[in-house]
Amino acid sequence: MYANKLARLAFGLLAESTFKWPLTRSVSSRVKAERSLCSWTVCLHHRQNNQLSNGLTRLNVRAVSQTTVDPAEVRKFQAMASKWWDLQGEFAVLHCMNDLRVPFIRDNLLNVHGVQQLGKPLAGLRILDVGCGGGVLSEPLGRLGADVLGIDPVEDSVRTAELHSSYDPDLRERVRYQACTLEELAEEEVEGFHAVVASEVVEHLADLDAFASCCQQVLKPGGSLFITTLNKTNLSYVFGIVAAEQLLRIVPSGTHDWEKFISPEDLERLLESFDFYVEAIRGMIYNPLTGAWSWQQSTAINYALHAIKRKEEPQPDRVWAESENLDEPGRATTYS
Amino acid sequence: MLTFAKAKLAVLGIIRQCVALRALNGAQAVRRGFASTERDEKSSTSENELFDIIISGGGMVGTAMACSLGLDPNLAGKKILLLEAGHKKEMDKVPETYSTRVSSISPGSAALLSGTDLCSFLNFLSVWDACSDALITFDKENLQDKMAYIVENDVIVAALTKQLQTLSDHVEVQYRTKVVKYTWPHPYHVSESIPWVQVTLANGKTLHTKLLIGADGPNSMVRREAGIPTVKWNYNQSAVVAVLHLSEPTENNVAWQRFLPTGPIAMLPLSDTESSLVWSTSHQHAEELLQLDEESFVDAINSAFWSNENHSELVETAGSLFRTALSVLMPDSGSAHQLPPSVAGIGPKSRVMFPLGMGHATEYIRHRVAIIGDAAHRVHPLAGQGANLGFGDVAYLTKVLSQAAFNGKDLGAMQHLLEFETERQRHNLPMMAAVDLMKRLYSTNAAPLVLLRTFGLQATNTLPPFKEQIMAYASK
Repeated sequence: MYANKLARLAFGLLAESTFKWPLTRSVSSRVKAERSLCSWTVCLHHRQNNQLSNGLTRLNVRAVSQTTVDPAEVRKFQAMASKWWDLQGEFAVLHCMNDLRVPFIRDNLLNVHGVQQLGKPLAGLRILDVGCGGGVLSEPLGRLGADVLGIDPVEDSVRTAELHSSYDPDLRERVRYQACTLEELAEEEVEGFHAVVASEVVEHLADLDAFASCCQQVLKPGGSLFITTLNKTNLSYVFGIVAAEQLLRIVPSGTHDWEKFISPEDLERLLESFDFYVEAIRGMIYNPLTGAWSWQQSTAINYALHAIKRKEEPQPDRVWAESENLDEPGRATTYS
Repeated sequence: MLTFAKAKLAVLGIIRQCVALRALNGAQAVRRGFASTERDEKSSTSENELFDIIISGGGMVGTAMACSLGLDPNLAGKKILLLEAGHKKEMDKVPETYSTRVSSISPGSAALLSGTDLCSFLNFLSVWDACSDALITFDKENLQDKMAYIVENDVIVAALTKQLQTLSDHVEVQYRTKVVKYTWPHPYHVSESIPWVQVTLANGKTLHTKLLIGADGPNSMVRREAGIPTVKWNYNQSAVVAVLHLSEPTENNVAWQRFLPTGPIAMLPLSDTESSLVWSTSHQHAEELLQLDEESFVDAINSAFWSNENHSELVETAGSLFRTALSVLMPDSGSAHQLPPSVAGIGPKSRVMFPLGMGHATEYIRHRVAIIGDAAHRVHPLAGQGANLGFGDVAYLTKVLSQAAFNGKDLGAMQHLLEFETERQRHNLPMMAAVDLMKRLYSTNAAPLVLLRTFGLQATNTLPPFKEQIMAYASK
């Protein structure tokens, strides 16, 4: 079993190194040909090339579907639905991540909107937490004064979240949960939110295009989109899957599928095509010895991204600006 | 045998402090789960008031905690309650006569308490041994910086109470309120049970809180009910406190402390004509001192400061030889030798005595609970650090809670409380160990130990950098 995985890792390394660089630089059919030579499950099944409107090629791992929800993922999280608030349990690493993601969201929103009220810095802001799970991230945002709506397709998780927040009158007023999908919500709440948070969610989705489109629909113009996810690199395979799930078992086995990871460049390109402007990308890393997350320069494993929905129509010179940016792999903009 | 058990508990405390580096440690959090069976299983929807923070105990440290939390901008919307069993201490102005209980407040604590009326300031500290002529003086070269402030406890509490009145929109104080029971929550979420700490008052009301801070003194009920193991022992000493009238007005900015074999006697300046006495001695001697009439009491004080009956030939010769040697090696060291003032009478308020002991809680925190001040650590007054350690706790806990609130965290969560405990134990334990060591070292007449401390004190007196380090540590 491990030999198989090692083999996958070795060939994954080989395969990735041959075509990772060309991928970010330019479109080439050579890339397509090389990929079809390999038959390893890790890298190369299910790849489809979609032409973007401005002539760039985007590689899509997932089948194009009408819905963002992947039933296999739903089943996976259904089984763990009661464990969200066990601080030493499966989701311990996610609880620790709050130390990075809450300040990231809070500070970026404060930069855009200014301080609303002492003691409640996010007062008056409506935030949508997509894939809220047990409410691990919704609750701190609610405590900071924001009006939070958490949605998740797994109904048991939503029940757990509701129960946990029901004891605290502060949270009861400010944090609400709904068991539904983002598409269902997007039909009702057009331009209803100041910010959308999708933390550790895009690596579990079936269709990223639909996701980006829905986010675009529910956000007010100038609204913020916060995403944290894993990069698609050798390092993220080694640390994010092999080390985290199998060796150290700090993440339940089978939680992540490397195929579904997306690099920050690809994600940025995708969001730009839906009228977002990516304002910041920051690398994150988890240290299992101290049990703490910290920011880092490299986005090779985990990263956080902040994008803003453009307020007006895109300018004609935007295409030129975009292709220039493609030459910088692994760009990590720091925010002040 | 008993000392071995005590040492073991103390070591456990230190180990716990080292291990507590981990933010979330599974085994540790489970161990901190409560063994007591007092859990409220009702999923009560009753309208019991839910507070964000309840502080149990309204002494100097408890009231300072309430003020500090109330003034913090990140805690602006939180509901805070202070429970005090006594009555409200109000003072329109500082009274004419000094009261007997005073504390020496370091500059660090003074920064926290800025706004109180400070009665006097202390520029020098002179400490010397009764069994030899070894003397050490701590002085600030630059007379602008104060070493410490001597302030009456009542004045501190009254000033803080006045400050609290301006914060009454989110900080509430209930006087004459006694707590009869604490009910602890499960360390993790269990459905059908209340996740908050429940505080049952003597008048039957039950209050809920997300974080309970115990500032209820050395016999803390919070600490006891939480089952936190404490390392403690009695010194078999009592301290006699009184207000002294000096025989002549002087520039009273020196604190004097002389180590007698029965215990240290200290004179802390209050004004140009008055000083406060803290005389730690055996229980029996303390009771005798209280019975003496005023004149004999004054004579006893003066002879304690001036008499040389405990000097032995050997120690005197050795001491003066060592002093000569040091003055050859380091000719500039050793400041001018001042003499302590003599006492003429005592203040109108009666003398008081209280027992002395040492105590240290091995843990300062539990899930949704933190203890500060004397509830967590109790020291001998010989170094004037008891109140300062408490104020240090207040400052750091406020900082930790402020940051946690700004990050949207649940205030009772273990992660930041562990950070508070680690940092404060790291600061408090060495201080307490040093004070205890000093007390034991100076409690004896035995020649070898007297020689040791004589040489030690004289050597330390000639090393300005070392003295500066000590002063900096005590001033935090």
